[in-house]
Amino acid sequence: MPDTVPVAVTVNGSKHQREVEPRTLLVHFLREELDLTGAHVGCESTLCGACTVHLNGRAVKSCTVLAVQADGQEVTTIEGLAASADELHPLQVGFWEKHGLQCGYCTPGMIMAAKQLLDDNPNPSEAEIREAIDGNICRCTGYQQIVDAVQHAADAAGVA
Amino acid sequence: MTTFRPNSVGRPIKRREDPRLIRGLATYTDDVKLPRMTYAAFVRSDFAAGAIRSMDTTAAAAHPGVVGVYTYADMAGQVGATPIGVEIPGMPDHPLLANGRVLYVGHPVAVVIAESPYAARDAAAMVEVDIEPREAVVDVEAALAPDAPKVYEELDSNVCLQIPAPNPEADKLFEQADQTLSIRLLNQRVAPFPMEGRAICAHWEEGPGKLTLWTSNQAPHSVKQQIAMCLGIPEIRIRAIAPEVGGGFGAKIPTYAEDALLCWVSRDLKRPVKWSETRTENLLGMTHGRGHVEKIDVAFQNDGRVLALKGQTISDIGAFRSFFGPFIALSTHTMSCGCYDIKAVAWETSSVFTNTMATEAYRGAGRPEAAYIIERVMDEVAAATGLDPVAVRRRNFISKDAFPHTTPAGATYDTGDYEKSLARLVELAGYDEARAEQHSAREEGRLVGIGLATFTEVCGLGPSTGATPQQRMGTWESATVRVEPTGNVTVYTGVSPHGQGQETVFAQMVSDAFGVGIDDVVVVHGDTDQVQHGVGTFGSRGIAVGGAALDMALVKVHAKATRIAAHHLDAPVDQIDYEDGEFTVTGTDRKLTFRQVAEMAHLWNVNVPGEEPGLEAVARFEPSATTYPFGAHLCQVEIDPESGQIEIQRYVAVDDFGEVLNPMLADGQRLGGLVQGIGQAMWEEIQYDEGGQLLSGTLMDYAVPRAKQFPRMELDNTVTPTPINPLGAKGIGELGTIGATPCIVNAIVDALRPLGITNIDMPAKPERVWQAIQAAGAAQ
Repeated sequence: MPDTVPVAVTVNGSKHQREVEPRTLLVHFLREELDLTGAHVGCESTLCGACTVHLNGRAVKSCTVLAVQADGQEVTTIEGLAASADELHPLQVGFWEKHGLQCGYCTPGMIMAAKQLLDDNPNPSEAEIREAIDGNICRCTGYQQIVDAVQHAADAAGVA
Repeated sequence: MTTFRPNSVGRPIKRREDPRLIRGLATYTDDVKLPRMTYAAFVRSDFAAGAIRSMDTTAAAAHPGVVGVYTYADMAGQVGATPIGVEIPGMPDHPLLANGRVLYVGHPVAVVIAESPYAARDAAAMVEVDIEPREAVVDVEAALAPDAPKVYEELDSNVCLQIPAPNPEADKLFEQADQTLSIRLLNQRVAPFPMEGRAICAHWEEGPGKLTLWTSNQAPHSVKQQIAMCLGIPEIRIRAIAPEVGGGFGAKIPTYAEDALLCWVSRDLKRPVKWSETRTENLLGMTHGRGHVEKIDVAFQNDGRVLALKGQTISDIGAFRSFFGPFIALSTHTMSCGCYDIKAVAWETSSVFTNTMATEAYRGAGRPEAAYIIERVMDEVAAATGLDPVAVRRRNFISKDAFPHTTPAGATYDTGDYEKSLARLVELAGYDEARAEQHSAREEGRLVGIGLATFTEVCGLGPSTGATPQQRMGTWESATVRVEPTGNVTVYTGVSPHGQGQETVFAQMVSDAFGVGIDDVVVVHGDTDQVQHGVGTFGSRGIAVGGAALDMALVKVHAKATRIAAHHLDAPVDQIDYEDGEFTVTGTDRKLTFRQVAEMAHLWNVNVPGEEPGLEAVARFEPSATTYPFGAHLCQVEIDPESGQIEIQRYVAVDDFGEVLNPMLADGQRLGGLVQGIGQAMWEEIQYDEGGQLLSGTLMDYAVPRAKQFPRMELDNTVTPTPINPLGAKGIGELGTIGATPCIVNAIVDALRPLGITNIDMPAKPERVWQAIQAAGAAQ
């Protein structure tokens, strides 16, 4: 079998160490090694955003990040977004309330991309939301209810 | 509306599917993990047409981690052909792997199975395939030429199916008409592009002799049947599961060769095998949609009345027959009259082989093509007569008193009130003001256009007897309602939702029937071992057929619960009133709750004369006919003459799909369809070069719509119920793709008409628009 290298990544607050092929993609590391299957593979080319996770607090397309590049770094996935297993993040609430998803395949990546936006800009306009999620494809919703979902989350955070 | 008094039904209840999806806890096929899993990678043809001279799998088989390499020779005689939905005598079968010849780029020629997906892909690249290329035929019109290369050398031509429908009455009307016009329209080939591509996990268990197949599919019961037929495994030993499915749009109706093949491989290896296609494989090897060329002649009067149509549809069905592929185009003829009272229609439909991927149903499946034709025609008639496009449509509408209405193309429309939806659209969009603003803009030299589409379409097909005897799929749907002793309810539905939201809407229906909360209901779907036989989710049938079956099952259970309550309350059944989960003897305070009845039926008081214990019913709804929702759409665009760039400034949609069970989910269906339709109108196109190489095989080359390309859509609806099912609901899933393409193109042509431009083919990309503007300028 091919040579492997050790990789240690802190994912959703827990440290994980694995031996992987150097070419292992971060999304495959998360899905296959750590059983975190929320990030989905949609295009393998950075273009659809279904695999979006946060690396050290910034959104990345995990299909074009190598697991070794995440060595020693912190990764947050959709599974680790909420404060606890019993709670939802305001973005998750927004997507639920506003019907921001249908088949759900793009949703984890879409939410992680939207989190980047709200981290940078807590009160985005509709145009800013559309710009921020332009790298994430949704084939079901037509985006309008996703825009509403992100706006809902922004409004909720503003109230809180 | 539903048989039961709506309380939850009709409200914008948020989805019960969502908590697992928004937390990343859903299980799609690629998320399935089994002990001893193996992984597949396919070797695909790089040539569009050719003979396989030799294949060498030695290096691949020797690659570390590889457990098997298979070509067609390994399974010949043990497997059937790629499943199809309707047989056409004399047409060649399509083997599961290429058998001596390749027919399109992406045609699977071998499959490699390994201990890891990486090893499988590495080894697949080591399979040497020597192909002697021959001339391919790619353009569907060229494929009809007498001297065209043939996709199948053993056939006389590339025509798979040709249905002429001449009409002497149409000929007569063409002679009598004040005017005629001709138009050639293209409905380009597009990719369905569900976010989750095809994914398969096949697991043969030697002990019980059982095959379990997880597959990202819209119709798992059909898959079970097709796999059984293809592999000769009794269907009672097959379990097909469509777990969480990441979109389908028609392309996940078929049982693919890869489905059957990996089932066979799993049985051969006695290990589970999993495959998830890459996006490039998805664009190469998942069925495409549309791919029509249409030539239309129109006879009309000076007052805008359209008398007759003569049409020719040439449908590019690709290199082999997909499940419904050759038959999709027939509904273009059937729906050619749209919502207009046209006197006569003549048509000829040809489904033609080319050396490209097969085409199949794609969100609308023949009806978007029909709507595109007749709505483009209406605008051209308006231009030719100098009438407003709204006035021309009104002049031709089928009157709301004329239903049911059978068109000369053979469709019988259930109900319609086209004037109502158009009137609402005109009001909501401020049509007269918009035209006045357009006039001012034109005076300033700006290219502003307003497009309309008033269309009708087909949902919830039925009855099954309308299909041909060879068709391997009925039009009915099933539901089981199983009340637990607690009064909680499990629904088993034969539809296979993948984003449409039936887990929520069906729970709303149960809640209204029995007075239980929607969280006390679970809706099970997509698993042939759990669900009684069913048909699936496609053709906008989830509510109109699947929901109708559920309503029937609820009625049966409710009736039994009433009889049980009457027995225990010592009153005749006709003196039992039901409201909000309570059965009461009329005029008294003697009552039993639904939950008490459920408990009695199962546990401690089951002996009711004439009744079996338990509280459960199965129902199947077979539609007596088809429903015809309709809509009126308007959009406004402005085109930059310097770049050809099109800005969508407004899009207003007034649809009518009968009764609405959950308006929030209905909006979602409509918005998603609109964006897909606009995507086709403006950007999307599967392109092959002359040699049959796919030019749009990645997201760099295939333009799926993105968020910032759209303004906020404005939605409203009118309600014209259907009598076809007890819910009064028509279908909704395909309205958007059907209304949007003509609406957008009509707006673009309207903007450009002052330049003398009368047509722009889809996709109306800036380059194409710019070139049309340049050509028009040169001509003037």
